[in-house]
Amino acid sequence: MAYSDKVIDHYERPRNVGTLDKDAVNVGTGMVGAPACGDVMRLQIQVNGEGVIEDAKFKTYGCGSAIASSSLLTEWVKGKTLDEARLIKNSQIADELALPPVKVHCSVLAEDAIKAAIADYQSKQGTG
Amino acid sequence: MKLPIYLDYSATTPVDPRVAQKMCACLTPDGSFGNPASRSHAFGWEAEKLVDEARNNVAALIGADPKEIVWTSGATESDNLAIKGAAHFYQKQGRHIVTVKTEHKAVLDTCRQLEREGFEVTYLDVQSNGLIDLDAFEAAIRPDTVLASVMHVNNEIGVIQDIAAIGAICRERKVVFHVDGAQSAGKVPINLANLPVDLMSFSAHKIYGPKGIGALYVQRKPRIRLEAQMHGGGHERGLRSGTLATHQIVGMGEAFRIAGDEMATENERIRTLRDKLYGGLKDMEEVYVNGDFDRRIAGNLNISFNFVEGESLMMALKDVAVSSGSACTSASLEPSYVLRAIGRPDELAHSSLRFTLGRFTTEAEIDHVLSLVRGQVDRLRELSPLWDMYKDGIDLNSVEWVAH
Ligand SMILES: Cc1ncc(COP(=O)(O)O)c(C=O)c1O
Repeated sequence: MAYSDKVIDHYERPRNVGTLDKDAVNVGTGMVGAPACGDVMRLQIQVNGEGVIEDAKFKTYGCGSAIASSSLLTEWVKGKTLDEARLIKNSQIADELALPPVKVHCSVLAEDAIKAAIADYQSKQGTG
Repeated sequence: MKLPIYLDYSATTPVDPRVAQKMCACLTPDGSFGNPASRSHAFGWEAEKLVDEARNNVAALIGADPKEIVWTSGATESDNLAIKGAAHFYQKQGRHIVTVKTEHKAVLDTCRQLEREGFEVTYLDVQSNGLIDLDAFEAAIRPDTVLASVMHVNNEIGVIQDIAAIGAICRERKVVFHVDGAQSAGKVPINLANLPVDLMSFSAHKIYGPKGIGALYVQRKPRIRLEAQMHGGGHERGLRSGTLATHQIVGMGEAFRIAGDEMATENERIRTLRDKLYGGLKDMEEVYVNGDFDRRIAGNLNISFNFVEGESLMMALKDVAVSSGSACTSASLEPSYVLRAIGRPDELAHSSLRFTLGRFTTEAEIDHVLSLVRGQVDRLRELSPLWDMYKDGIDLNSVEWVAH
């Protein structure tokens, strides 16, 4: 299967790889997927006082499309408010990366990851 | 060094130039293009002579009589002819078949078809080393069992089954015994004169012959009967009709002849390279060889790099052609059924790569692959949340995953 140039670009030069302090109150962590299914994404967001995502980091175990989906997602959420980030749809990710049908589940996982990270952040604020 | 490096010899091999040369001499107007079945002129006689030579060469490599060789289009067709042909012919004596969960799809799907026709099939488990337990095999045989099918060498993990011992059980219990030898011919010595095997499938393209040609060994003493699956002009003693593809057959014959001459030295060389590859990887953390290491063919290394997903690793190794047991490499989302059958957890199956080395593999290639693999596994582990968790001492089995 041939990969799109954008998938290859994100795969070879992934953006925002890393870890934030999962115990910090201004950090939300979303981890979705399962090793037995062949993909696990961990997405972390750091949110400032105005509710804006000022930093995002990821680590992903999965195929090239899963890595690219999470890398792209970190680029997109930075600078967005939580409400804006929540509106990101898997289809936007799939379109941007030109994912073939068998890889669409990678973008679904990325959408699940940002929702989970936001939920984790909000539960820490007592607003979740 | 030419890139990409081909390390997928169990998928297929290039045609040996010596083989290609012989094949080309059977195609053009100045070559031996005749129909081997033409009895009335020299074109036919010449082609028939070449087909006979090829038949002798194939038979010689496997210790068979040339009359026991039936040409087919490949191991898939041979498996179909052997299993359907024997099951249909002997069905009055019983309709039960024994095979193994790690067989190639050409065997498994053929058995599934027979189930739809009313046969019963037992799919035996294998042990964690990929080999079948002889007692379990014997216990699976019933009074109405007519056929057993067990592969000689597994295409994914390269392990070698004890065909002699399995065949002895079949003889004693009067069960027709078929062996898929697609991955073993030319890699493991085979002497059908002594082996208790009734039917055995072969393919040319796994041992430097062309694609689209294979053979089925059908034992003559005692005679094994088959119902033909392809009807027509009555070629191959009525077992497989269709004009013989002289150039393909000549290619297979030459490939088998060369294998007979060179197998021993070639195996030595390939084993040394495979061991070098494994030697360069085994000190890495969390790597697991899949299948018995010692009872495997020289050219196979199937290995899992825990916490790294196989397809992403293959993408990183874009200068290396290998295959993976990861689900992501197929249209289904299931990881390799062979790795599952040897009891590998799904995450290790997703993390597996199969390296298969062959005639044209060089030491420089292995050195290059080694440095690439080590570097890319490290890079992908830095990207892997599972590696982080492992390093933090978290037991991944204790985590509640949000599966999707
Ligand atoms: C064990 C085994 N059996 C059967 C086959 C099918 O062989 P062919 O491609 O000649 O039909 C293969 C090769 O893919 C194989 O590895």
